[in-house]
Amino acid sequence: METFLGLDYNVWWFLVFGAVISGYAILDGFDLGAGALHLFLKKEESRRIALNAIGPVWDGNEVWLVIGGGALFAGFPVAYAAIFSAFYVPFFIFLIGIIWRAVAIEFRSKEPGKTWRLVWDVVYSFASVVIALSLGLMLGNVAFGLPLNDQMEFHGNWLSFFNPFSIMVSITTLALFMMHGAIFLAMKTENRLYAKLTILAKNFTIFFLLSFVITTLYTLLYIPHLSDRVRSGPGFFIFPVIMMLAIANIPRMLKKRKFGLAFVSSSVTIASLLIMVAIEVFPYLLYSPVNISHSITIENAAASPKTMKILLVIALIGTPLVGLYTGFVFWTFKGKVKLDEMSY
Amino acid sequence: MDVEILSRIQFAFTIAFHYIYPPLSIGLGLILVIMEGMYLRTGNRIYEQMTRFWIRIFALIFGIGVATGIIMEFEFGTNWATYSRYVGDIFGSALAAEGIFAFALESGFLGVLIFGWNRVGPKVHFFSALMVLLGSMFSAVWIVVANSWQQTPAGFHIVGEGMNARAEITDFWAMVFNPSSVDRLLHVWIGAFLAGAFLVLSVNAWYIRKKKFLEIAKPSFKIALAVAAVCSLAQLFMGHRSADGVAKNQPAKLAAFEGHYDSSARADMFLMGWVNQQTKEVTGVRIPGGLSFLIYGNSNTPVKGLDAFRVEDRPRQVNAIFQFYHLMVAIGMLLIGLSLYACWLWWKGKLFNKDWLMLVFAWSVLLPQVANQVGWFSAEMGRQPWVVYGLLRTSDALSKNVSANQVVFSLVLFTVVYITLLVLFLYLLNKKIKHGPVDYSKKEHIDEGSKRDNPMMDHIDENAPAGRKQAAGENPLPDLS
Repeated sequence: METFLGLDYNVWWFLVFGAVISGYAILDGFDLGAGALHLFLKKEESRRIALNAIGPVWDGNEVWLVIGGGALFAGFPVAYAAIFSAFYVPFFIFLIGIIWRAVAIEFRSKEPGKTWRLVWDVVYSFASVVIALSLGLMLGNVAFGLPLNDQMEFHGNWLSFFNPFSIMVSITTLALFMMHGAIFLAMKTENRLYAKLTILAKNFTIFFLLSFVITTLYTLLYIPHLSDRVRSGPGFFIFPVIMMLAIANIPRMLKKRKFGLAFVSSSVTIASLLIMVAIEVFPYLLYSPVNISHSITIENAAASPKTMKILLVIALIGTPLVGLYTGFVFWTFKGKVKLDEMSY
Repeated sequence: MDVEILSRIQFAFTIAFHYIYPPLSIGLGLILVIMEGMYLRTGNRIYEQMTRFWIRIFALIFGIGVATGIIMEFEFGTNWATYSRYVGDIFGSALAAEGIFAFALESGFLGVLIFGWNRVGPKVHFFSALMVLLGSMFSAVWIVVANSWQQTPAGFHIVGEGMNARAEITDFWAMVFNPSSVDRLLHVWIGAFLAGAFLVLSVNAWYIRKKKFLEIAKPSFKIALAVAAVCSLAQLFMGHRSADGVAKNQPAKLAAFEGHYDSSARADMFLMGWVNQQTKEVTGVRIPGGLSFLIYGNSNTPVKGLDAFRVEDRPRQVNAIFQFYHLMVAIGMLLIGLSLYACWLWWKGKLFNKDWLMLVFAWSVLLPQVANQVGWFSAEMGRQPWVVYGLLRTSDALSKNVSANQVVFSLVLFTVVYITLLVLFLYLLNKKIKHGPVDYSKKEHIDEGSKRDNPMMDHIDENAPAGRKQAAGENPLPDLS
């Protein structure tokens, strides 16, 4: 087993993949959330400001999904093959959502008619909700595990994806994104729209807290193996603590109207939730509860050590570059949104 | 229908639809860089206006390209799980490199290109245009490398047997520079430049015929014509190099291109024809020994024909491959003729005098699009029955757990969504073109705080100033000539 800084390549790539997925959830999370709450904004100008707040960045945020897909395909091809063929139906619904959402954002501003814009507003918002829900549903099923056969392919009925645990994770994901998106929009707006968004941010925070508490209780009571590792020793216990502190900090910052810090807190919440999932499933990428020996792990799914090495080099060169131009774009469009002639 | 044919139809349909857009992005990207570069050099506002106009069109095309492209990355996993496991070690690293080096670059700077006109200075804006072009070209690099590896695998060894066999990398650079990747990449790039150039030619030819926006339309036309002339000639050279490579690396595919069966005979080259797959004969206009001459420099040398391969190892749709290939070549020749003739008229100072020529150019946008599509069809169908040439059969590459019903579901979904998308795209494209590169410098009102005029002024709202409403209304401004 070849290692780098004491960890073997497969573990490193598991970390890289996890980081990309967290980056995707944090970045696309806020623009998906903004989309999900879009119809709560009633006035044409408010909707335009909200769209333009995510305008220059949503496309770049979605790139993280593409990188994540590539990272899984390259590093753990067996897991890539199993996961996407298993989630055939929900994943295509997710992808159709991605298409319609992109199209709605692009097309909405191209015609002045009220009906035209209303139709695209609905498409945009509905697609954002569908995307968030299906992401959550797939995450829930991956965390819980899927029945796999000896070829390490899914062996079951796709209707079983709609189990109580996954549905709860799904709703929690939507709530989390809506809270995250409302905080982001509050950060980017002024005056009456800002006032409205502060209220929305508070309400969605309550929505998130409720669904989070219910899901957590359900997990602890009925799926104890999803908290084994955190309970096994004090080392891992730090992550739930960080998560709790971050979550508790959100309402505090909202009250103080410090939306930048609230946004940081909700980002930390997203990352630590995913870290918790990663800690619990490791070393499984796809756990097979029916026949554990058919489970897909970071060992049996991994690409060759040679490819892992190439991938790590690509990641080492690429990550600073992506960070650099992501930073440049966010910096260029920093501050409150002002509608001008260039806007959507 | 079985899962294999349904999955192949779905992949072909989604990739063909996707491939309308990326070549346009690459080609328009190049033209934008030239236009904005001219603006930076000369400071002439004509160039600024054409740049902004084409940024608007670019944004529309790019958006659909991204949305339909995301599908492609995941379709390997959903429908071709066995293939994904087999090639993941190789294909995956190319896709990962595409995402991180290319796609992130272009999507990041696209925001600045579209929304940054007032936010950044002209030089930074030009730099963004350049980065978007580079990003889209890098994307093509990694995608073509991955596809070329399927055509001419190199730098790998096979590990495991039967269902568990897979290709693993032994030499990264041998994989990247496999025997066909460089030739095919240049072929694809030039095809993309032609797609972009002929879109610009077409739109401006239309303006010239309608006598609209002549001040902008004429110089735009000339820029695109220069690109088209250089690229169509370069494509002749690159197309020939690609075919040479096919002759060396994939003889069954080349034989299918020309409908050549008999390995002991010299091979003819056809200008057009029809392959009878039962009698193994081709009826049509031929250059005797033409293919032998192109490959070996001697028109009597025998060329390996389809008969040299077992029936299960050679492509079945020989006539279709023959037609697609010849259509591509014919269009390539037509593009050369068209652009050289126009250049000759340009040199004579009579470029815009012939109305029929402008009419031909107005329709010419379809030619490179069709050539790009049928070129890929012949390349991919000619590779059959292999998905990885000589190593993995398409019929073995499927997801075993996906049922025909599921594929029908997604295929119907894609058909409905993509047809709607195409209709909307053409509607908006048409509207933007009719609207034209309006001269904003003549508008009465420029918002406070804007350093320059804007490229994304499409919306019309109640509060818009009078000048802007007129600009965005049904009737374009009177022409500027």
